[in-house]
Amino acid sequence: MHLAYPAVLSALLFCTGLYGVLARRNAILVLMSVELMLNAVNLNLVAFDVWLSKAAEETLHSGQALTLFTITIAAAEIGIGLAIVLAVHRNRGTADIDKLRDTAEGHESDGPDRDASTAAQAEKAEATA
Amino acid sequence: MSPTHAALATAADTHGFLSPTGVEIVFLLVGLVTFGAALVTVTTRQLVHAALWLVVTLGGLAVEYLLLTAEFIAWVQVLIYVGSVVVLLLFGLMLTRAPIGRSPDADSGNRWAALTVALASAATLVWVVVDAFRTTWIDLDGPAAGSTRATGESLFQNWVLPFEALSVLLLAALVGAIVLSRKAKAESSSPPVNSRAKNGSSPPAPDSRNHPIGRNGSPEGTEPAEQEGAR
Repeated sequence: MHLAYPAVLSALLFCTGLYGVLARRNAILVLMSVELMLNAVNLNLVAFDVWLSKAAEETLHSGQALTLFTITIAAAEIGIGLAIVLAVHRNRGTADIDKLRDTAEGHESDGPDRDASTAAQAEKAEATA
Repeated sequence: MSPTHAALATAADTHGFLSPTGVEIVFLLVGLVTFGAALVTVTTRQLVHAALWLVVTLGGLAVEYLLLTAEFIAWVQVLIYVGSVVVLLLFGLMLTRAPIGRSPDADSGNRWAALTVALASAATLVWVVVDAFRTTWIDLDGPAAGSTRATGESLFQNWVLPFEALSVLLLAALVGAIVLSRKAKAESSSPPVNSRAKNGSSPPAPDSRNHPIGRNGSPEGTEPAEQEGAR
């Protein structure tokens, strides 16, 4: 098999995940996009491991071991990430990362900004209803 | 120098550029399905559908691993990703009260900037990768490179220490997730700072807000901004 097939597919999947991370607003959708990026890296690791194990007679199988490690770390990451998102949702009532601006510069107080945004959203909801 | 050139020449002779083998055709078709499902995952406006299309993407990747003769990774992918990660994501969507239908604000305002960045990086990566590995072929014949025997031998002969460290990391992640959840519960049992925290800390029972009938006249007297914020 030509090595460019899995490499190109992996690059495209990574960029799809990149778009999702940058463009999505719900935190769980951002986590899904992060999973896409991790899977793209996994595909690259597996493809290069299969190539090198035959071409260079490399018996360490580092690509597959690292793929297993990446899968495990992704599982840990999704557990911790979902716990954080659920804690934020309990405290704030939203999982919208555009509204979590506590550490943003230029916003001294969180309250008025959030009230303004929720008021704008209420207007939008009324307009769509 | 000359042996590698000769090897490349014979490789180019035996594997023509424009005559894909059957494995390559299957890989291409499954890859198209996978990529299309990934695109739908990041662009759909229905949150639950995004998780379900993610299942298609991860399953397609498992098939690609099988085509690359990495059996063990493929089944681990099916078990962990499709079996547990997507289920976790679906639970997360349920617990954050994701709306069932379309949510108009699934994408933020910077989607055109995101699209520009993604297309630029895709063009760069694809160009670099194709230019670098134009004359490289994976030899899929012979014994499978990723059979369970080969993977297990390398994992437990060469990668034992990282493997054990990873188990400690998994334990730490488990404890961390439990601590994060417990802390939220302990804070909610204390008197809430504002009413928003009180509303948010109620157990996410299946309420009538997701139904379009109950949404018009919400009996709890919650403002519509709260419902919008719950998305």
